[in-house]
Amino acid sequence: MTHHMRIRALAAVLAAFATLTAVPASAQMDLSGYWARDGDSDNGYSREPVDLLGIPVSADGRAKALSYDIAALSATERQCQMYTPFYALTGPFGMKISSEQDPITQKLVAWKIDGWIDRDVTTIWMDGRPHPSPYAPHTHGGFTTGSWEGNTLTAVTTHFKMGDIKRHTSFSSDRATLTYRFTRYGDLLTVTGILEDPVYLAEPYVLTHIFRLDAGGTTFPLTACEPIEELPHLHENPGLVPHYLPGANPWINELTQNRGIPMDAVMGGPATTYPEYRKVLKDTYKMPAACKIDCGAPPPPAAGGRGGPPPPATPAGGRGAAPPG
Amino acid sequence: MSWPTDRKHRLWRAALAVAVMALGGGLHAQRGAPQPPAPARTAAPIDLTGTWVSMVTQDWRWRMVTPPKGDYRGITMTPEAYKVAQAWDPARDEAAGEQCRSYGAPALMSVPGRVRINWQDAETLQVETDAGMQTRLLRFARQPAAARPARSWQGDSVAEWQMPRGNVPLNLRPADRTPGVAAPAIAKGGTLKVVTTNLRPGYLRKNGIPYSESAVLTEYWEVFKRENGEQWLTITTLIEDPRYLRQPRLIAIPFKKEPNDSKWDPTPCSAQW
Repeated sequence: MTHHMRIRALAAVLAAFATLTAVPASAQMDLSGYWARDGDSDNGYSREPVDLLGIPVSADGRAKALSYDIAALSATERQCQMYTPFYALTGPFGMKISSEQDPITQKLVAWKIDGWIDRDVTTIWMDGRPHPSPYAPHTHGGFTTGSWEGNTLTAVTTHFKMGDIKRHTSFSSDRATLTYRFTRYGDLLTVTGILEDPVYLAEPYVLTHIFRLDAGGTTFPLTACEPIEELPHLHENPGLVPHYLPGANPWINELTQNRGIPMDAVMGGPATTYPEYRKVLKDTYKMPAACKIDCGAPPPPAAGGRGGPPPPATPAGGRGAAPPG
Repeated sequence: MSWPTDRKHRLWRAALAVAVMALGGGLHAQRGAPQPPAPARTAAPIDLTGTWVSMVTQDWRWRMVTPPKGDYRGITMTPEAYKVAQAWDPARDEAAGEQCRSYGAPALMSVPGRVRINWQDAETLQVETDAGMQTRLLRFARQPAAARPARSWQGDSVAEWQMPRGNVPLNLRPADRTPGVAAPAIAKGGTLKVVTTNLRPGYLRKNGIPYSESAVLTEYWEVFKRENGEQWLTITTLIEDPRYLRQPRLIAIPFKKEPNDSKWDPTPCSAQW
């Protein structure tokens, strides 16, 4: 055995002990796998076109929401517009998360959340690279970096385009920042999203969702989008952008009519997200005698039984219907 | 070139000594009488104490107002639970002194309000709510079975700290280090896990969606501090009740820390509002 070989052997012994007895600076959890969406919240099931319940919108955010006509999505240039990264919390799908490692060192370079049919891929860079200049191009998925805090992965997304934050009723601007926190508890993954937007929000908008590890889960893959002619009058008038002028949104009373919730609450804003707002509601909320629409499906009858509760009647109206008179 | 035999032996003896020293701490810890664990308050990896306000940014229509009978969206009930919910009568509950049915532990942290957390003693966290004026006791020391009280709205809560722990493949990788800065012995943070049983039957939602006395509530309490100094608490909540739920109910409730309890507003339970 040569001198160099002996030195290398000795170094290898010491390095092996040093590695095996080292404690990492920050614990890291394996987040990879398919995480199924479990349960739902009202944020993903906004039925009424004007619904800012629980959203701390600014005056500009409210004005933007009230001017929005969903028919705008049929314009050729908007048909392939995707949701914002916040849609991971409000959308209907699960999340497929995978890790990307450096092929030589095996160090973690990034976590990747696969896209859905209408949500872009999120790549969470873990290698310490900085966010781009504020003037860099924005994408639907944005630019995301991450770091570990104990067992929690914290990720910050910037540079994403203006888009939906509550099913076509509220929006974030292209100056928004989304901070995610991913915390794993066994087979559960709690994702907290804190959305900050100096344009359309007056306070941070915080949402949470819990996902469950599902070994056999699949998601709708992100596919290429091809615009088609959806509404002839938009196709014939390419300069037309469907919208509502101030004070002219025909859907503004729908949530109040359906659920008895006062207009002041429907318009959102920071004050409506704090418990003391219930004092205002106590005198203004009129509870309907029964739930009329979007009430949740009754349970199926027990196996082998008959006579389960009848399904609810199909509600009239909806987004495709004519505005209420 | 070869080294003298005594030098070779010295090198290998040195390597052996380093190895023994490296393993020594671990081996020593495994010998001798087991040390009693530190009191829960001393061992706390996170500080939950203080006053926290719930941010009602989700499920607003089911939390901020009393939803009408039949609004069951989001909760997968069994047929038996559906019958119970359809029979909901808040006036009857009030008359029967059951106005706190929607303030039991499985629903309490979703009720809009403030929570005040303190250490009652070295092994018990006390969680008070101004909405419904309820008190939960999260006990780290297990009570003897004979001492188990009658069923209650808040049940019996067994608490434990969960420290950060990485999985093995990632753990074995060299940690990222700043040159000249020693790596901390353990990662920061931790989670409070609470399992609550022995519950009196109540409502998951104010409009009568029930949970039964066999419900089991599992919670993970996590705090984090933002760069702007704000402190947040998230309670990941799993409610299992095979009698009334077809699937476990999963919700996570965010709270923000307040500088004091000047907005503390004790309000008794109400079945109607």
